[in-house]
Amino acid sequence: MNILSACPAPLMQHETVQMAHGAGGRLSQELMQRVFMPHIQNAFLDILDDQAKLDLPPGKIAFTTDTYVVSPVFFPGGNIGELAINGTVNDLSVGGATPLYISTGFVLEEGLPLTELEAIVRSMAAAARRAGVMIVTGDTKVVGRGQCDRIFINTSGIGLIRNNTALSCRNLQLGDAVILSGTVGDHGMAIMTSREGLSFHSRITSDSAPLNAMIAAILDEVPSIHAMRDPTRGGVAATLNELASSSSVGIEIDEAAIPVKDDVRGAAELLGIDPLHVANEGKLVLVVAAHDAVKVLAVMRSSEQGRDAALIGRIVEEHPCMVVMQTALGSRRIIDLPPGEQLPRIC
Amino acid sequence: MKYIDEYRNPRLARTLLEAIRRRVSRPWTIMEICGGQTHSIIRNGIDQLLPDTIELVHGPGCPVCVTPLESIERALLLASKKEVIFTSFGDMLRVPGSSRDLFMVRSEGGDVRVVFSPLDALQIARDNPSREVVFFAVGFETTAPANAMAVHQAAREGIGNFSILVSQVMVPPAMRAILRMPANRVQGFLAAGHVCAVMGYEQYLPLSAEFHVPIVPTGFEPVDLLAGILKTVELLEDSQPEVVNSYGRVVSREGNLAARGTIDKVFEVVDRQWRGVGLIPESGLGLRSEYAGFDAEKRFHLSHMSTEESPLCMSGSILQGVMKPDGCPAFGAECTPQHPLGATMVSSEGACAAYYNYHRNL
Ligand code: SF4
Repeated sequence: MNILSACPAPLMQHETVQMAHGAGGRLSQELMQRVFMPHIQNAFLDILDDQAKLDLPPGKIAFTTDTYVVSPVFFPGGNIGELAINGTVNDLSVGGATPLYISTGFVLEEGLPLTELEAIVRSMAAAARRAGVMIVTGDTKVVGRGQCDRIFINTSGIGLIRNNTALSCRNLQLGDAVILSGTVGDHGMAIMTSREGLSFHSRITSDSAPLNAMIAAILDEVPSIHAMRDPTRGGVAATLNELASSSSVGIEIDEAAIPVKDDVRGAAELLGIDPLHVANEGKLVLVVAAHDAVKVLAVMRSSEQGRDAALIGRIVEEHPCMVVMQTALGSRRIIDLPPGEQLPRIC
Repeated sequence: MKYIDEYRNPRLARTLLEAIRRRVSRPWTIMEICGGQTHSIIRNGIDQLLPDTIELVHGPGCPVCVTPLESIERALLLASKKEVIFTSFGDMLRVPGSSRDLFMVRSEGGDVRVVFSPLDALQIARDNPSREVVFFAVGFETTAPANAMAVHQAAREGIGNFSILVSQVMVPPAMRAILRMPANRVQGFLAAGHVCAVMGYEQYLPLSAEFHVPIVPTGFEPVDLLAGILKTVELLEDSQPEVVNSYGRVVSREGNLAARGTIDKVFEVVDRQWRGVGLIPESGLGLRSEYAGFDAEKRFHLSHMSTEESPLCMSGSILQGVMKPDGCPAFGAECTPQHPLGATMVSSEGACAAYYNYHRNL
């Protein structure tokens, strides 16, 4: 049934999400009509079948899924909705794919204010428009109070892989350059410093952003990029370690070259956390043959997401599967995977 | 936060290193007390850059590491109680008790919450009058003022559902214990800058005089640490066993008198067990009898608990500067941050964690 053409019955108005909003009845329709459809209407979604029937150009398809459970749901510089879209766009893009379609699955906690839900949906729609992708199918479930943390969102995405690329974490070659698209730790530190209970408030904002335009520009210029990753959970440290072990090479990075915002570094210092271990949501780690590094850097720096791009290191033969940092003082230390959940220290 | 850069300036650091090299004429063993300093030293590779004749040994100044196993067990027991909201600084959650940690208790349904200040825990108590809120009050002189303040405020407001599990320790008695050890090799100390910021450096004068040992309050940034090391080397080379403040921008002779006053009002000096080290007389702070109602041990009638340390763990020797982490046979083998045998491997200020994270196989 197409609820948009259904007769506009006088529906009950609610301020918050009710269990009945997920029950498939009248209130479910109201939720669709009032909150979702006005923002993410499009030809696929309007049909409201149980599946989206998609036209796909010929070629190799990339397919990805991720679930977003961030707390707080609204944070400096964004919210869970745009994060869910940008995250999936980026997961497709770093594989050399052009993102096309996205599905969304919502788990809503009973009592979530509808104004908040609407703000989240609105920013999802805006993020999708910005990235040039379509939200083509979706699902909503409501759970009782306390059974989830306000809202969880799953997004899956489909993209078309560009013809002349062969990106893989196993492609790293000795001598390759390691490039980072900008400052580290902004997203995770924005979340941490905006959590309830933290006695200082900072101006750090999340870097949540879609990377597809920048990545497309890079691949237009240098199709032979060896590997790309978006360093989300676990931060740049985890990404570099994964790259090093996938290709069984060593990675050497230069502390002085790694861009970190002053506020992020200060907060990280206070909390006893290494910014390299902190999550990013709009950054790219890229590995390319050394002779192409300058070209890649120029493309990155001319895009909004890559203004602070820097060459941070190289692939070496020594210490395979390990990441080692040349400190600003001239000594060397290991950059390890983060030990687990990032925990602020005592003093 | 720009001010940090100055104290990380590589050029300044190299000048100080050069000065240390010129000044040193024979081997010296210097202890940095504080785990935060240990991490900064290892993370920045300062130990690699110093001349071979200067050996840095790591001290007992990691509050997570020295919290006795019995306190951890008590925390685990309280955190499992249905009526309790157990609040703690984040890095206590990973510390292993005899068989589990606070994370496991949380996954089993315990209401364990990370807070950034005891005053946040007090707020949770105000917001949840029908629950018992316990705060795990661990740490050195740096955390004592805020912990004391939380208790003082709870008493003033008559908040009946708030208590603290105290494992508060002090630095100078631990230094005394180290200097008294027959195996002691420490010839000079870098004193922890933030502890001195609260207590002042005057509390080190008697120690320095009694044991003829130079003590230099020092900060945490590379340039601070190198300046502190240079000062200690100068005092050693010149046979001047004195207390000289190398952290003037933060530390004064008498420290923060208001904070000291708050500590004195709420706490009194008690004997305290140190994990791995044992009992150090008059090395801890306990709640004064006027505040006994806020003592979680009394409130929940916690009696003695039997505990069992891993027999493999050498953290006692490591915390007293007798052994380095990579000298422990379990280091990196049976003991890793994922499967820690001792607290020194999980704490963000633990010496074993510093070696594992930054130096392993280098
Ligand atoms: S390496 Fe592990 S077992 Fe050895 S002293 Fe450190 S914490 Fe204990």
